[in-house]
Amino acid sequence: MAYTEEELKKELETKEYEYGFYTDIESDTFPKGLNEDIVIAISKKKEEPEWMTEWRLEAFKVWKEMEEPEWANVTYEKPNFQEISYYSAPNKKPKYDSLDEVDPELLDTFKKLGIPLEEQKKLAGVAVDVVMDSVSVATTFKKTLAEKGIIFCSISEAIQEHPELVKKYIGTVVPQKDNFYAALNSAVFSDGSFCYIPKGVRCPMELSTYFRINQAGTGQFERTLVIADEGSYVSYLEGCTAPSRDENQLHAAVVELIALDNAEIKYSTVQNWFPGDKEGKGGVFNFVTKRGICEKNAKISWTQVETGSAVTWKYPSCVLKGDNSIGEFYSIAVTNNFQQADTGTKMIHLGKNTKSTIISKGISAGQSQNSYRGLVQVNSRAENARNFSQCDSLLMGNRCGAHTFPYIEAKNKTAQIEHEATTSKIGEDQIFYCNQRGIDTEKAIALIVNGFSKEVLNKLPMEFAVEAQKLLEISLEGSVG
Amino acid sequence: MMDLKDKLLSSFLAFENTVDLDHPVHEVRSEAIKNFEIKGFPSKKEEAWKYTSLNNLQKVDFSIFPKRESALEYKDVKKYFIHDIDTYKIVFVDGVYSSYLSETTHDGVDVCLMSSAFSKPMFRQVIDVYFNKVASKDESLTTLNTAFSKEGAYIYIPKNKMPKKPIQILHLATGNEAALMLQPRNLIVAEENAEVQIIERHQSLTENEVFTNSVTEIFAAKDAHVDYYKVQNDADTASLVDNTYISQKNNSVVKVHTFSFGGKLTRNNLNFYQNGERIDSTLKGVTILGEKQHVDHHTLVHHAQPNCESHQDYKGIFGEKSTGVFNGKIIVDKIAQKTNAFQQNNNILLSDKASINTKPQLEIFADDVKCSHGCTIGQLDDDALFYLRSRGIPKKEATALMMYAFANNVLESVRIPELKARINKIIANKLGVRVGFEL
Repeated sequence: MAYTEEELKKELETKEYEYGFYTDIESDTFPKGLNEDIVIAISKKKEEPEWMTEWRLEAFKVWKEMEEPEWANVTYEKPNFQEISYYSAPNKKPKYDSLDEVDPELLDTFKKLGIPLEEQKKLAGVAVDVVMDSVSVATTFKKTLAEKGIIFCSISEAIQEHPELVKKYIGTVVPQKDNFYAALNSAVFSDGSFCYIPKGVRCPMELSTYFRINQAGTGQFERTLVIADEGSYVSYLEGCTAPSRDENQLHAAVVELIALDNAEIKYSTVQNWFPGDKEGKGGVFNFVTKRGICEKNAKISWTQVETGSAVTWKYPSCVLKGDNSIGEFYSIAVTNNFQQADTGTKMIHLGKNTKSTIISKGISAGQSQNSYRGLVQVNSRAENARNFSQCDSLLMGNRCGAHTFPYIEAKNKTAQIEHEATTSKIGEDQIFYCNQRGIDTEKAIALIVNGFSKEVLNKLPMEFAVEAQKLLEISLEGSVG
Repeated sequence: MMDLKDKLLSSFLAFENTVDLDHPVHEVRSEAIKNFEIKGFPSKKEEAWKYTSLNNLQKVDFSIFPKRESALEYKDVKKYFIHDIDTYKIVFVDGVYSSYLSETTHDGVDVCLMSSAFSKPMFRQVIDVYFNKVASKDESLTTLNTAFSKEGAYIYIPKNKMPKKPIQILHLATGNEAALMLQPRNLIVAEENAEVQIIERHQSLTENEVFTNSVTEIFAAKDAHVDYYKVQNDADTASLVDNTYISQKNNSVVKVHTFSFGGKLTRNNLNFYQNGERIDSTLKGVTILGEKQHVDHHTLVHHAQPNCESHQDYKGIFGEKSTGVFNGKIIVDKIAQKTNAFQQNNNILLSDKASINTKPQLEIFADDVKCSHGCTIGQLDDDALFYLRSRGIPKKEATALMMYAFANNVLESVRIPELKARINKIIANKLGVRVGFEL
């Protein structure tokens, strides 16, 4: 039977969140609310040194003075920051040496998530630092990495064991007072990942962390710090799914990337948090600050596949400080039902001969709103800066919206900037062309959506591309093909 | 010194003595001044004014009403007219109508003054139907103009009519006052199947400061055709905020060309509202700036009905310490299916001190549309330059030639040849060369 767009739309709307489940693990949770005592308590709980506590308090002080930003093209009920518990750690928290010791319930969760921990060890060669709520529970492949001098651990561990590195770099890319949510994160971040690649080392495997929100009413405040020392290379993967919840959950993460001279960081994200049901109830609020800084000849590449969250507010950015540095941003954002996404990037060209590429694909269905917001800034000393941006939007149905807000600021005459944007729907002629050649409508739509996002999907590392495609299927094209 | 906002608010009381308080328009004015009192001048904190600051203007002690009348000889200002063709002329000197320099008509069409349209009963119906109907009742500078609306050009083209010749609107500032603020208010109505061509220019004749806050409302009824050309090549002490609001009905075609070559600060707010089907809206502009000039183009095209088109094409060349802003917004409503909306903005930066900020923005709620925008910032092609020079064309001329070519897309659609020639001349002057031919 031929599959029409109408039917596809209907199926999309009724598609339940496949990864919605909730694991019952006893949690050690703080009382709700936020004040200086809570900040100190979090720091104490994590046995942090005094400088870290001070740093958090400084951030908290700034945060108290700040107001929640309203410029984004999203509407939502603002979270009550006193109604959130700022710390929750799985209770059984021994350090595991082998997978056998891990709580079977946890392992079950991983299986449902599609993280074959055991298999990954053998097959994919991916070291996984699993963040379950806020504390790292399992870390594998650490030894293999340690041989190369690579540090890959939770940030709290890094604060204990490599304070000199953390102290030197934390907050250098995203300062505490950068924005409202970054300040909040700086004050209360519970855990996250830390990665350091020494000089000249090419990380032999894809580093990966899976985030999950897993305690009712718990805000998740991840802090990720990736440092690639001179001449090194690392590919870092981050994936997210979350259980179905009625209550809106807040996620305010901060990711800082530092690529020193000649280093390269590839940061890929697949995000599939609970987007709320088809009435728009529930869902995760995702307010993330991601930024990387490139020194001389360095390269940072962001790739993201956004399919989840009720409200997304996310702008992975590159500060191209060093001469000849390169920034890239590849993104697919899919919104359905009542989802709202305001996402994009900032490319700040400071050094000479810096290059940046932005490819953004937005797909809106249902009654969702999908916005691209980007900034390309060429400063007066950035000779020969080059930027290419392309933002394409695909609309499915006439109840959704696609918006583009590109800001382009050039202060140097040698800058070359190109920006293109298009908005369209799947053309009747395109479908007809496929039909004519014996491809049914169902397959044709899948083909076109796939082709539309191919440019970005191709940028994902192999291990991730499979999962990304799976997520795209779930949120949109699964039903068509 | 009083700040400009307070001065304007207190001047409103004096202004009320000069107009008919019983006329329904005065109610509109009173509403507008209330809005301005609340809003005040826009600050850089507002998204729409992020790249353009009016702070310096607010520090100047502008006269709101010119005190002395001044007479000008035609030969002294001839060069500011497109004088090689016959046109109707509506000329204002320091904001006051100059009957000596003007040529108006009531022969089949009305080309005259807002002041007479406000006062004479025969125009009452048109004023009731159209005045302040498309202009924003909310934007602060527009409401400021509405509050002081009294004089300007009034053009009414009845059904199936077309004026015999193009119409020029010229605003001259003589420098009689140390600093003068002008607020012209224009109303242009083209009824069904009517056609009209209008050229508008603001010119300051001295180094004395002038600040013009102009509002123009254009209504194009079914099948009407309106061509509007704005020539902005003012003195370095003149600032202009031009608010133009256009309402279009079925099958109408409205084209607005904006040529920005001078002035201290120029802000163009160009708003198109498509209230019908199969409408065509064209917005084109050439901007060539030097020194410390600043031009901000803010365009809005609101597609509210199906099967319409809009075409935007803005070219900018920025030298010395000049700054350019382009902010183009396209909104496509849910019901406006089969909309084709195109937007193009190309810029060349000639100097390291010059800068350009551009924000092409799309807000789309309908799915069956074709919308695109393209935006580039770059330089002249070195290879092309080399090609020209290798054939004996000096660098300066070669550069100019390429800039001509760059701007030509926009000039192409100018339908008055004399105006096109004039624009070419201005561009040549601006670039400091003669290329020996006209495009």
